[in-house]
Amino acid sequence: MKIKGRVWRFGDNIDTDQIIPAEYLVTGDSEELAKHAFEKVRPEFAGKVRKGDIIVAGKNFGCGSSREHAARALVGSGVACVAAASFARIFFRNSINISLPLVECVVDAEDGDEIEIDFGRGSIEVNGRHFAFKPLPKFLQNLLGSGGLIEYTQRKLGRKAHELASQA
Amino acid sequence: MATISEKILAAKSGRKKVEPGEIVEAEVDYVMVNDVTGLPAFEVFEKFNAQPIREKVVLIPDHYVPNKDIASAEQAKAMREFAKKYKLQNYFEVGRAGVCHQHMIEQGFVAPGRLIIGADSHTCSHGALGAFSTGVGSTEAASAMALGKLWFKVPETQKFVINGKPGKYVMGKDIILHIIGDIGVDGALYKAMEFYGSTIELLSLADRISISNMAVEAGAKTGIISPDKKVFDYLKGRVRGKYRPVYADKNAEYAETFTYEASDIPCTVARPFLPSNTAPARELGGVSIDQAYLGSCTNGRIEDIRMAAKILKGRKVHKNVRMIVVPASKQIFEQAMKEGLIKILMDANAYVSGPTCGACLGGYMGVLASGERCISSTNRNFVGRMGHKKSEVYLANPAVVAASAVTGRITDPGELKK
Repeated sequence: MKIKGRVWRFGDNIDTDQIIPAEYLVTGDSEELAKHAFEKVRPEFAGKVRKGDIIVAGKNFGCGSSREHAARALVGSGVACVAAASFARIFFRNSINISLPLVECVVDAEDGDEIEIDFGRGSIEVNGRHFAFKPLPKFLQNLLGSGGLIEYTQRKLGRKAHELASQA
Repeated sequence: MATISEKILAAKSGRKKVEPGEIVEAEVDYVMVNDVTGLPAFEVFEKFNAQPIREKVVLIPDHYVPNKDIASAEQAKAMREFAKKYKLQNYFEVGRAGVCHQHMIEQGFVAPGRLIIGADSHTCSHGALGAFSTGVGSTEAASAMALGKLWFKVPETQKFVINGKPGKYVMGKDIILHIIGDIGVDGALYKAMEFYGSTIELLSLADRISISNMAVEAGAKTGIISPDKKVFDYLKGRVRGKYRPVYADKNAEYAETFTYEASDIPCTVARPFLPSNTAPARELGGVSIDQAYLGSCTNGRIEDIRMAAKILKGRKVHKNVRMIVVPASKQIFEQAMKEGLIKILMDANAYVSGPTCGACLGGYMGVLASGERCISSTNRNFVGRMGHKKSEVYLANPAVVAASAVTGRITDPGELKK
């Protein structure tokens, strides 16, 4: 799979309080949360982000609180992928579980650049320059590609119900 | 030869041995959600058309309860109704509980060798009792409620050895702030931290919990301390069910080992806007404060309140400062009343409230205005964490918080006049 999009550039240690401030944690709705994404640090983001945009960031993106609301706010904003030098682990899990693609890669790009990510080949192209990344482990690729943890759980529950029925 | 994390994850996934980097599906002992992370989890759970594994689910409203506004009231109501609908015994209403991690420990859910997940990043606090516990998101909490299992990447483990007797006012908080200051906010990213050494053995359980609590601020998956007699004594008459302590093998392989001398660790403060931005409290005497906050899952325990009361006894909070004290649980509040600590704090003009996460995450009960500065016993000092984006949070131990409340500027308690 390949995607192409416009870059929003962020620095190191972007914490989940920056992505979605705690005062808005009174809903789980992606679109509602998206209205306040990066409100304290980049107030223009919510108004200007477009479907298919891609976030490029430094190390430890998504550190801090476990709030899945952060990953949901990005999905609600239409963000197609986050490429960062590294991710905080709970944000990483949350994103994969709700099918927001992540790429761990140091990318040289600025706001507004056009970026192309080739997930199959593990490569990123921006301004004629190429950056390589290691694809996710198979288990996570499957999770990401097959509707995330909700569908995964449903399939497992279906299997469990089926087993119980066949034992009866 | 395995670390504590590797052993617990192996046992819980029915394996003899697991290697760092492997992904396993492991059986969890408990899955906890709070009022903020609960609602999204319940919405996901309803899609499963399943019954939860009742005995594993723990619901603790703590972030925005008592309800701070209508939206948070609706969230709290959703938790109450979820508990009722699925007949969940482990739902803890306002007035019976407190901050979730403290309540989990007090109620005996936490024990050595257990695998506990919670939809709150500070779930790693339970590592202080020898459990593998880690923060997760709402969707995976919902999945674990239905399946009783979750996927985990087996982390590499880093070993931290701290030796010697800490200084008079040096607490667990200073040790973990010092470590985070040394390795950085991603110094333990994706890894498990294990803490050893004579200092750790000397520390109270409360101080150990502060250390494990902030492992996540270094990016860690969990922060584990080998269980000893202090843990076993605490669990007597408290723990639910049986448990089996897990220890690392003598020749376990660690990704890295860090060694510290307690005598090199002063009362430490993390300046805005990262927990790694540390400096000795005594070097920050020029920083004036508007608010002093004592509470949270990091430092809202009885030992913390005793320490603050010791410093505030016979003194007054500075005229330019509001001091807010939030015991982390009902039990702690009651104990503090019994010991006369609440009276001492109130005589000093501190404001004392019932348990809530409240202001730690800028929710309510002490939110900061533009330009205001708070010395806080909490765990995060990110931009806007406790309120306005132009407010500032300095993280410190309860003794520094109390001493600073008295002087109106950041103060090492050793500098207070007798």
